[in-house]
Amino acid sequence: MTVKLKYFAWVRERIGTPEEEIVLPPDVVTVADLIQHLKTRGEEYVYAFENDGIVRAAVDQRHAAAGADVRAAREVAFFPPMTGG
Amino acid sequence: MTVRIQTEDFDAAAEVARLRGRRTDIGAIVTFTGICRDNDDGRALAALTLETYADMAVAEIERIVEEAKRRWPLHDALVIHRYGLMRPGDDIVLVVTASAHREAAFRAAAFLMDYLKTRAPFWKSEETSAGERSWVTAKDSDDAAAARW
Repeated sequence: MTVKLKYFAWVRERIGTPEEEIVLPPDVVTVADLIQHLKTRGEEYVYAFENDGIVRAAVDQRHAAAGADVRAAREVAFFPPMTGG
Repeated sequence: MTVRIQTEDFDAAAEVARLRGRRTDIGAIVTFTGICRDNDDGRALAALTLETYADMAVAEIERIVEEAKRRWPLHDALVIHRYGLMRPGDDIVLVVTASAHREAAFRAAAFLMDYLKTRAPFWKSEETSAGERSWVTAKDSDDAAAARW
């Protein structure tokens, strides 16, 4: 099961790419699991997710909490708290 | 309801006129324009760049407007949010609410702005006159403003 990952603002800068596709490991169930998995992929991910709870997520373009299910997701986005308006 | 995200500027007066049209049941229109300032807490700013998650932004703003319509008797509402490079004096965001009476229009406009700030997927980075670029940090006061609703 592949999922598209999108990164925005300083999360994008720290990881070094705006988007990528990954194969979701079977033990990844929630947004929090996905973050833990990404942190095993390299220093840039550890840096992006260094402060637990700061980075927000959206699953299929809707805001999602850390416990949200990602197993059927087509797209998961990670970004800092929003500063629009 | 009209929701747009765009790089180009908007004409607030023309948008209000279009929303109003020939309707005569509207008794109150509130218009809010958010503008790029030339300073942030005293630091001189040369420019602001807004990044967006375009695929999500319109749908999320529409959800926020739907929530406003559930809470107040709005005849119509409009949100235009720009992204890309802004200079001091440039418009960033336009919120227009129309209702029979002012209370609903005022409150809905304030609600929409508070929710846009904390839920619409936009991120500002600022460039100072000295050429330093940094991401704007989300303010606790914005979260508090959204939480009061």
